Order: sequence, then C-alpha cells, then structure tokens
Amino acid sequence: MMSFCQTPADLESFAWFSCYLTTANHFSFYWSFITVLLLVFITAPVALLFGFGGAVAKRSTIAPLRWFGKIYTNMVRGVPELIFFLFVPIALDQAFEYVRYKLLCEDSSAPVYQGNDFVVCAAAKLPLSTAEAWVHTTYNFSLAVLAFAIVFGAFAANVIDGALSAVPKNQLETASAYGLSKRQTFWRIHVPQMWGYALAGLSNLWLILIKATPLLFLLGIEDIVYWAGYLGKTKTSFFAYPHGDWRLWYFLALLVFYLAMTYGSEKIINRLSRRFAKGQATLGANEDKAVAT
Amino acid sequence: MKKFVAAAVFAAFTTTTAFAADVVRMGTEGAYPPYNFVNDAGEIDGFERNVGDRLCELAELKCEWVKNDWDSIIPNLVSGNYDTIIAGMSITAERDEVIDFTSQYFPPDPSSYMALSGASADVTKGVVAAQTGTIQAAYIAESGATLVEFKTPDETIAAVRSGEADAVLADDAFLAKFVEESGGELAFVGDKVMIGGGIGIGVRESDTELKEKLNAAIATMKTDGSLNEMLKKWFPDRPDVLY
Repeated sequence: MMSFCQTPADLESFAWFSCYLTTANHFSFYWSFITVLLLVFITAPVALLFGFGGAVAKRSTIAPLRWFGKIYTNMVRGVPELIFFLFVPIALDQAFEYVRYKLLCEDSSAPVYQGNDFVVCAAAKLPLSTAEAWVHTTYNFSLAVLAFAIVFGAFAANVIDGALSAVPKNQLETASAYGLSKRQTFWRIHVPQMWGYALAGLSNLWLILIKATPLLFLLGIEDIVYWAGYLGKTKTSFFAYPHGDWRLWYFLALLVFYLAMTYGSEKIINRLSRRFAKGQATLGANEDKAVAT
Repeated sequence: MKKFVAAAVFAAFTTTTAFAADVVRMGTEGAYPPYNFVNDAGEIDGFERNVGDRLCELAELKCEWVKNDWDSIIPNLVSGNYDTIIAGMSITAERDEVIDFTSQYFPPDPSSYMALSGASADVTKGVVAAQTGTIQAAYIAESGATLVEFKTPDETIAAVRSGEADAVLADDAFLAKFVEESGGELAFVGDKVMIGGGIGIGVRESDTELKEKLNAAIATMKTDGSLNEMLKKWFPDRPDVLY
C-alpha cells in the first residue's frame, strides 16, 4: 500500500486506481486465482482416480462391488450439484467429527444430534475452534476437493465405463490369443486404448470443473467469481473507494481468464488426443496423418 | 483414497488438542452494509463487528470472525462450523424453530421499498426483488406482488437499476445509502412495512450457556449506552432506532 493512499477521496484518477487496485481485498482477489487453479489441479487427478475406480467397480464381476459402482455413479449424477455441495461437505465434516467424538471426548454418551444441532465436545471439533484461520481454510479446501472429486468422479466413471466398452473386442481377443493373462490384457491393452475414447468426455468434465468453482463459496472459500462480484458491486461511502456498479469490468477480466484456460486446455487435449490415437484404426489417427503429410 | 484423506486429516489435527480459552466463532455474511461488510482492508467491518467485539469483551470471550454465504448460514451454525450468526438476522418464529436467538441488539425496524425515481411502481402488484431467505422475501410472497429472489443484497439493487424488478424491499438502513448516493436515480416508494422482531444473534438451541452470556452482555450494552453510541455511529440518519 503506497503512502499517498491514506486519503483516497482527494486522489486523481490514476493515483486513485493504483491505490484501489492494491487494496487488501484486491490482493485477495488476485490470490483467489491461485486458489482456483490449485483446486482444479488437485481435484482433477483425484476425480479421475474416483472415476476409474467407479468404472472398474461398475464392470466388476463381484456383485456387491458392481452395485456399489452403480449406486455411486447414479446417485451422485442425479443430485443437483448445489444441493450436493450444501449437504456433502457438512455430512463429511460431521462424520469426521463423530469419529473424533467417540475417540477424544471424555463423555461420549450424549447423543450428537440434539434437535437440529450437531453437538460434540470442543476437543472433537475439526478443526479445533482455537485453530488459526488458515487451518480452517485448508480444512474447508480439503473438504471441497473431496466433494468435487466425488461429484466429478461419478461423471468420469460413466465416461470411462463407456470408453472401456468402446474398445473393439477383437483387440482383447488377440491379446488373450497371444497368451496375456486377464490382468495383463486389462492394463496393457484395454486401459491404454480406452483413453482415446474417454478423452472427449473427460475434457468436457475438465472444462466444467474449471467453471464450477463458484460452488466453493458454499464452503466459505472465496473464489474468483465471488471476489469479482464483491469488488464490482456498487460501493457506497461506507467504503474507502466508493464506486458504481463495476461488475461488468470484473467479469470481463474473468472472461479473459476463462478463455485463456479453455484455450490452453484445448491445446493440451488436442496433443493428448493425437497421442492416444497413434497407431489406432480410427478416424482421429488418420486425421493426424493428414496433418503430418 | 477416502480413507487416506480421512487418516491424513485426523493425523493433522489430533496432535493439537491443547486448549486456550474457548474461542467463539462469529459467523456473518459480510455483504450488508452498514450492518456487516468487508472493508477495503479485507476485514469484517460495520455495526455488527463493533457490537460483536464489544459483546465478546463484556462476556470475556475470545472471538473470531468467520464469513459465510447467507444461503448456508443456518446449516453451518447448527453443524457447529461457527457458534453465532451475527448478520442482520431478524428474529422470526420460523427461524426460531431451527435456532435460538439472543435478545435483540437492533430494534424492530421497518423495511422500505426502493425503486427508480419517477417510475410509478405499484409495490403490491409489480415485480419486487428481495434476497433469498429473508423476511422481506417471505413478506413479498404474501403481499400479492411477484417476488424475484437474489442470492446477495447487491443483486437486488442491480435488478432495480436494470429494470428487471420494479422495486426492491429491504431493511431501510441498508437502502438509505443507495438512495442518498444515487444522485436522484433511486427513491423510496410506497409505505414502509413493519416486519420482523428486531435483530438478534443466532445461536444453536443447545448452546444455552453462550446465549445467556451474550444476553447478559447485550443487557449491559443497552444500559451503559455503548449500544446507542454504535447505533448513532452507523445509523446517523435514524434517531428512532435507539434503545
């Protein structure tokens, strides 16, 4: 913060803006871009893992596992995300606190649900109410990652399941004719070929994930959309830098960010898709040749 | 994976079981000036920040401020993510079924309709905006007007400016600054309506101890005049809202 920012009301427009754009709130806004990137880059691999697990469970020959896979994918995909995010992080939090309640509280005989309230002793709180603010933020952030991974994992499971089914059967038959075991066939033939079919669906999910971060605010994490809305709204003279409705400008900045993300993602996805198609008897592989020659 | 995450979370937090003084986490929305808002320094500010800090001092509690979305402000309270709601929340019978309220620290205050000046908004028939889950939204729904709801208070104002809604119904003190600084663009219309039973601090029903502590502190603030001072500071145009 520069020294001349003490009395913003007297400043010329250039100085005013240089002060305005460096307020603590604006730094929180800039920082929230990193939060969002961190969230999507952590969530994506975890969701992919959940999705892969879900798809394998769904196709399992073991009935209970198959049921689990089907219930997971259908239930999670069927529940609106807003409701999911209102409910699941709170439920997860309560589940963690319940376990801690049984382990850590001296008197764990009282019911945890008293009317509408969920009550555990102070020692079982997660994080402890004495914890620093950053611990709370990190904890909420982990809950968010987990919730996002569960939701997007369910969608990914369906995509991967479909892709596994799309791999031509004769590929697998050839593998077994070469003497590969079931496990080898799955990991060396089936899964590597599956990616090519799954990529389009997974790339959709990735782009949706990037845009889904405003749901974070339900967990008290401030993402870029929250800050853009907050900073852009009409500020009356209760604030040091009063201004009119500037949301348009802030959201234009977000538009640039999102388009840049989409552009970058598209580049990487195209590269991946060429790589997965290599040597395959698919149209994608032929396109690649046409480009190369 | 889930197990691993859970295990990691437990490991991270089980090691820190030392207790300082009890910390009371104060939940607020941070988007409703002058009641509560986030100032340019990124801190929660406003009338309720002052009241809350003073209450904690009087009740000898260590308090920390938490910002939470209005939509999920009650679920997070009953789930124990913070211990109080101090967010301009009017005491209503409906909310009282789910949570408990302390005695009021802001008297029952009329809500006002605000519209574009010059527009002949009929507030009992037209389209009226309000924030979701507020007493005003409930009131409009029964008044015969068409209700449009928005997640944040600011969006309700933007809706009036853009013509999406004919008027907005909100707490008088919240709207006053917008009317005053709009340069004649916005004006109060219609009659004020009396809804809600004053603003109190929301606490969990099982948290009777905290409720009593806060009630005692609120009573002290009312008698020693410090509450009136804060009301004068944040609501200078409203000499009628004193205790």
